[in-house]
Amino acid sequence: MAGSSSTATPVPAARGTAARTPAVAVRDGLEKLATYPYAILTFVDTDGYPVSVAVNATVDPGAASASFAAPAGLSIPTDADISLTGSHIRPQPGYGYDERRHVTVWGPAIVSPDGRSVSIAAARAWGWDEAEVPFFEYSERSVGQSRKYFDALSLERGTPVKPRLSFGWLVLRTTRLPFLSATIVPVLLGILIAARHGAFDLLTAVLTVIGASFVQLAINVSNDVFDTAQGADDANVTPTKYSGGSRVIQYGLVSFRRMAGLAAGFYLAAGAIGILLLVLRGSPALLAIGVVGFIVGLGYTAPPLKFVYRGLGELAVAVGFGPLMLLGAYVVQTGGVLTWEPVIASLPIALLVALILYVNEIPDRRGDARAGKRTLPVRLSKSAVIAGYRLAAIGAYVIVVVGVVIGLLPIPALLALLTIPLALQVSRGLEPNYDNPYGLMSIMAVNINVHLYAGLLLLLAYVVVLIAGAVAPSVDLFVG
Amino acid sequence: MGILPERVEALLDAALVGELSVVDATGRPVTYPLIPLYDGERVYLTSSTLFSRKLEHIKANPKVSVSLTDPIAVGGRTDRATIQGDARVIDEDPHGGWERLLPIWEKKEPSIVFFLKQRVALPLFFERSLIEITPRRVLYWADGDAATAPQATDVGREAA
Repeated sequence: MAGSSSTATPVPAARGTAARTPAVAVRDGLEKLATYPYAILTFVDTDGYPVSVAVNATVDPGAASASFAAPAGLSIPTDADISLTGSHIRPQPGYGYDERRHVTVWGPAIVSPDGRSVSIAAARAWGWDEAEVPFFEYSERSVGQSRKYFDALSLERGTPVKPRLSFGWLVLRTTRLPFLSATIVPVLLGILIAARHGAFDLLTAVLTVIGASFVQLAINVSNDVFDTAQGADDANVTPTKYSGGSRVIQYGLVSFRRMAGLAAGFYLAAGAIGILLLVLRGSPALLAIGVVGFIVGLGYTAPPLKFVYRGLGELAVAVGFGPLMLLGAYVVQTGGVLTWEPVIASLPIALLVALILYVNEIPDRRGDARAGKRTLPVRLSKSAVIAGYRLAAIGAYVIVVVGVVIGLLPIPALLALLTIPLALQVSRGLEPNYDNPYGLMSIMAVNINVHLYAGLLLLLAYVVVLIAGAVAPSVDLFVG
Repeated sequence: MGILPERVEALLDAALVGELSVVDATGRPVTYPLIPLYDGERVYLTSSTLFSRKLEHIKANPKVSVSLTDPIAVGGRTDRATIQGDARVIDEDPHGGWERLLPIWEKKEPSIVFFLKQRVALPLFFERSLIEITPRRVLYWADGDAATAPQATDVGREAA
């Protein structure tokens, strides 16, 4: 994808405007220019049109100058700035090109008395090298320019002009719908464990899945609202597919007000289903789980709690998308009866879902730090963060094994251990990609799959238990 | 056969990247590497709204040039050219108006079609304006060497 930017003036980050790519120092610009095989001299001719001609320049960064033979047949102005540009791409047949980089230095021209040579007293430089600033970060730093352009277009036409996405893509991006697996897995697990205990009601099971999904959608959208209000999403210039929020507010795709309304709508829908479930299968346990879940979910980013800003985000996510989701689904089915089995089953899920957030916070940590969002990767050293990942992942698998050994989890739950190679892949990938947000993307994807696949395998374990219970009641799939 | 000298048209057709130069508010030239597209009459470039400062410059001063200087970007050719012209920014529909150039863009950068299908990942990159350049004058260096005066050809208007 071709890209070029437009500014060399550093400006402080403001709401809705990510920090722009910093200007290039003149000396650095000249040093970069010296690496190109030729320079493109550009000046404005007497008719007012730019003229460009390739020249062989001798660059002297120490003297902040560059000189070259005067091009034949062209008159170089000495009363206005000229520029020298270096530009490079590497063609990639069948794809396009890569290795994009360019640099320009400006300054007044000094023509030698004999008119044969020209030097430029470099006073300003600008450029981009995708090896130094990846294209996605470069684009993110330019979001403010896009917003400015759309504002100007709106003014020109007297009607709002905004960037767009098709409805389907917009819904997907705004709600971060694919992350619903974080809710579906523990809720289904709670329902299956309840079914094993002889409690199953289809209507309330379906309502639980829908209600819990609304809770997560509400959290996803409200996170964007509160992170934007507190400057965290604006300060993040290295968002990825898995981190940095949906960014629909930053991109001007959805207004802040509309997002706030959407979050409220999701909370209302979740609340309505919660009340319905209380009416149908009410219990003090369900009420308590609902209230705590609401506080944890909203308080994740919303003031005054702001758990994630205080280094408690992982804990909030673990509790919310582990025990609360799973036990909530369980007590809806049992009418409020609680046992240890769903509690133990929720713990590996809790740890693995918290690790999704934990790893996804790694590329966000610089922007988060700027916005005062003191997540664990902001607070901890690289080695401590990686050690923390390993410890929590090991903990998740140990809980599964211990749960099986003490007879609280079924033996097929050991299938979840099949995801250990994926967790190892994440563990090994964190070190080399720790400072490379885009290299970390594939690691984040694997990490999401660790939770998803481990959850699905636990679900499968309970399906096996239920089937075995139905067709061969004498077979005991629990130790002891 | 278009309105430009044949060898310049060949350069334009081959160029993966050329250099668009515009004039900023202070009268200084600003150069941007971009993919030049040519329909036989006008030169087109597209710019994302992310990188739209050039569009602002053009709206304030439509005098621009497109240079073709990099042998690597033009399939090994060593001749060089600069096309001066008057530019117009076409931004009635930044979301999809530029897509009419997609067929000639795709010829130079096949991957753009794949990325366009994934526009949800980078929505603002695909909010784009067209830069339409009506050529006025062409400077051509047959040997690519600035030590030789360029051949100048006026285009689309009577020679001064």
